[in-house]
Order: sequence, then structure tokens, then C-alpha cells
Amino acid sequence: MSEVSLVVNGRRVSGVAEDRTLLVHFLREHLGLTGTHVGCDTSQCGACVVHVDGKAVKSCTMLAAQASGSTVVTIEGLADGADLHPVQAAFREHHGLQCGFCTPGMIMASVDIINRHPEGLDEATVRAELEGNICRCTGYHNIVKAVLAASKTMAKGKSKAASRAKKAA
Amino acid sequence: MYSVNYHRASSLADAAKLAKTGDAKFLSGGMTLIPAMKTRLAAPSDLVDLGHIAELKGVKVSGKSVVIAAGTTHYEVANDEKLKKVCPAITELAGMIGDPAVRYRGTIGGSIANNDPAADYPSALLALDAVVVTNKRQIAADKFFKGLFETALKDGEIVTAVAFTAPAKAAYQKFRNPASRYAIAGVFVAKGKEGVRVAVTGAGDDGVFRAKQLEAALTKKFDASALDGVTVSSDNLMSDIHASAEYRANLVLVMARRAVTAANARS
Repeated sequence: MSEVSLVVNGRRVSGVAEDRTLLVHFLREHLGLTGTHVGCDTSQCGACVVHVDGKAVKSCTMLAAQASGSTVVTIEGLADGADLHPVQAAFREHHGLQCGFCTPGMIMASVDIINRHPEGLDEATVRAELEGNICRCTGYHNIVKAVLAASKTMAKGKSKAASRAKKAA
Repeated sequence: MYSVNYHRASSLADAAKLAKTGDAKFLSGGMTLIPAMKTRLAAPSDLVDLGHIAELKGVKVSGKSVVIAAGTTHYEVANDEKLKKVCPAITELAGMIGDPAVRYRGTIGGSIANNDPAADYPSALLALDAVVVTNKRQIAADKFFKGLFETALKDGEIVTAVAFTAPAKAAYQKFRNPASRYAIAGVFVAKGKEGVRVAVTGAGDDGVFRAKQLEAALTKKFDASALDGVTVSSDNLMSDIHASAEYRANLVLVMARRAVTAANARS
């Protein structure tokens, strides 16, 4: 058994789990955060993607014990109260989900992609970067649209914040 | 997954000591080992996590000499600016492994210690005439890879780094399996001081290997045209539901041509 201590969505949590417990099961079963899904369970589909210390990783391919001491953000931690995160809002706006099963992983991966490409994104880059996320409804077209739109919104948000900061200074 | 005991090593010495517990295995990024444990293809009694050992992190470049610590992730290799300048072939290769989430966790040491016959890094190490550094000794890449999932590593031996001299020209090209994205054939071509080396992954019946006939042709002239009329034998190549040995033989040649062209295209 391992003592697992994490900061999940800003909240300090800890629990005792079997050493073989995967991070995704710790999140879902010990913490009740069932937004993170288990899809393929073979590290391919990306439905289980969460952020561990700021990096989008597959939580079905990491032991909870390995993650202990880390900061984790799940789909439940993205929205700011009632305000959806720009990527969530873009998925809704552009119909980036059909059955919705892959959506948490898609959104967590997309946030990471946008963060890694502050210079902006094009369609080919988004498609290549979403290599590790599978949508069985094959709704990729609108997912890509949503990521591109969110990337623009977030860039605008940043430049607005920067100009506000400049004015304030 | 069967039950397992997890140990987090704080240093190399600690890891070596912990490895003596039961039937222990080292855990680096876990991108192969954990899926293998989930499907019960691997069932170690103990896991020794190398992921938190500071001395296993980082890339050092001085002049043409490169040392990549074993715990460096594919993401870190792919994005290392100094390494990109002296050996873009290896940073590009790292950026082609798996998918972004896998690249954040998977490590160079884990990849070569596992020696999957379709893994990318083994071909780079072989073509770059790299040295594998362990906590016990240094092993030339030519002697390190011993066939399917087999290496020269002894029980309890830990890969600590990979060292090589950046070649004048190099590139890696792979043809991916459309489903798994692993290489059906991947070819790393390097033109260094000692001549041209060509290493092939994904295609060999016994894991990564050097394509000596391609090396000979490219040593005469380092250009894709030097491979015109050259054939790759399908003997000792893998045949499976994805591709026959003959198909792979042709792919090796095509990937080699593309790699040479890509290597020459860098200014």
C-alpha cells in the first residue's frame, strides 16, 4: 500500500491505495472525480488525459504512487466557477462533441497543445498534436475547429491582459 | 495488473539497492512497462521508480559531444535547443515517438533498456555509434542491442546516459503502422568522421540492425541516387499481418532514400 498525496484541482488530497492503483482509478474511485474517463485502457485513446505538473499525460499509464507529490488538474478543475474554460466553451460552440466520452481527454490535451503553441496553431498542427486522442464518433472535424477557435480566443485574452497590465503600469 | 510493490528511488545507489528486492524491475517513464503489466505480459514483484532521480535528468552539449541522461523524456530531447543545433536528427526522432502525452513521460533510457524491435531510439544509437553508460560500465551501441527486447544489461544494471559525437549529417525517417504508429520500417542515416552508418528499426526479425550494403553505397556517395539499383534482402526481416518481409525490404530502401535526402537538405 502507498500513501498518495496530491494537489488536485487546487485541493490538497491524500489517500492510501494499493501500489498497483493507476492514477485514473485513484482520481475516479478514491476522489470521485469521474470526469476523467477510461477508454481503451491500453494507452492509445487519450480519454484519461489529465495534467500532471502542467503536462498532459495519460492517467491510465501512470501509477498513483508515481504521481504522489504532484499537482494534478482534471477536467473538473478547468472551469472558473460557472464560466467555462475557453477550450470548453469552444467545444460547445463548435459542436466538438457527439457522445462526449472522449471529450475530457480531448479538452485536457487541447489546453496543453494551445499552451505549447503560443505562436498560434494551424489545422495540420492540431491534427498532428491530437495523435494520442481518439474519438470513436469520428467527430474530428469539429474538434479541430474548436481547438483552433479556442487558441485564438486565448491569444486575445492574453494580449488583452497584457495591455491591461501595461496600462496599469 | 497483478499486485506489485512500488519503491521510489532517491538516488542511483538507492535504486541499485532496491533492485535486489524480489523480482524487481526498474520503472522509468513506464510507457511500455505499465501497459505490459496491465495486460499481464510483465509481472514484476517490485517496481523501482527511477523517475525522481536528479542525476538521471538533462542533456549536455559541448561542441559536438552530446550526453543525454537516461531519464530525459522524449519531449525534453525533442525541444532541447542546443541539441537541435548540433544533431537535429535525434530531436526530430524524439518528436516522432508515440504521441504528445507519451513523449512527456517516456524516456530515452527506458526506451533503449526495453529495446522494442520497433522502437525509434535504438536505430539512432546504432547509427550514431553511441555509447550507453550504465552505473557499472560503458557499452558500445553495437554491443548493447542483442535482439528482440534483449540488451547487454545485466540484472540490476541501470542505464544512466547515452553519449555520442554529433555527426556532420544525419536524419531519421519512418513508415508508421497506421494503427499503432510504431515503425514498420524506420531508418536512421548518419555521416560522421568514421563514415556512413545506416541503422534500421521495425523491420528486423531480430530487432534493430545495421544495413551494411546501404552503408557501402552511401559511403561512395552520400546521396539518394547512390541507392539506385541497390536492393535490400528480405532475409532476416520480419513478416507479420502488417507487412511481409519483401514489403519491409522495399520500405527500408525508401526510408533510407528519404533520410539521406532529408540529411542533405539541412543547410
